[in-house]
Amino acid sequence: MSATILIVAVTIAQGALVLAMGLAVLRMIRGPRAQDRVLALDALYLDCMLLLVTLGIRTGSAFFFEAALIIAMLGFVATVALAKFLMRGEVIE
Amino acid sequence: MAEVPLWAAIPIAAFLLIGAGLTLIGSYGLLRLPRFYDRIHAPTLGTSWGTAAIVLASMGYFSVTGGRPVEHEILLGFFVTVTTPVTLMLLARAATFRDRAEGNPEVPGRPAVADTETTDGDGSPPA
Repeated sequence: MSATILIVAVTIAQGALVLAMGLAVLRMIRGPRAQDRVLALDALYLDCMLLLVTLGIRTGSAFFFEAALIIAMLGFVATVALAKFLMRGEVIE
Repeated sequence: MAEVPLWAAIPIAAFLLIGAGLTLIGSYGLLRLPRFYDRIHAPTLGTSWGTAAIVLASMGYFSVTGGRPVEHEILLGFFVTVTTPVTLMLLARAATFRDRAEGNPEVPGRPAVADTETTDGDGSPPA
């Protein structure tokens, strides 16, 4: 009974997160400017990280937490570097 | 999937659905809102309560199945909470800079230091 509740909830949550990733990809394709694409990439990183956490709940393994932590950190660094590039035209000056 | 008692399964499932639903709403807003400065607000739904709810669900599940309190997921929530304002402010400032450099009329120019009467009314940057 409780396992069924959890399976259904995790499945719905993963479906919603995949749909959210699809919407972010759609925004990234549509643009219209570079800052929109960077924002969509940031949202995509976040959705991917949450999807990994739900995957960890589904499989019951703790490895996905570390992957999610790394993805969160990569998303932060990537967005900061891209915003810096949009602002100054170069990343390291 | 391990068997968990019903009193734990219901809040875990509810937190999962709340978190995923809020993240989905945030991404939908990212797609639907008309301007960049509106859109930049939408994904913060996912970074605030979207992340918090899913992290709480994960903490609850692993605490119940492991038989001991598991709290390392807090790191994830803390990290996302700390970094999101930094990235979005940098991105918004970069976008404002680009819009001002192009003279986009939707973005007001750099505010005057001494007085604001010298601007010619429509918010366009001084030449």
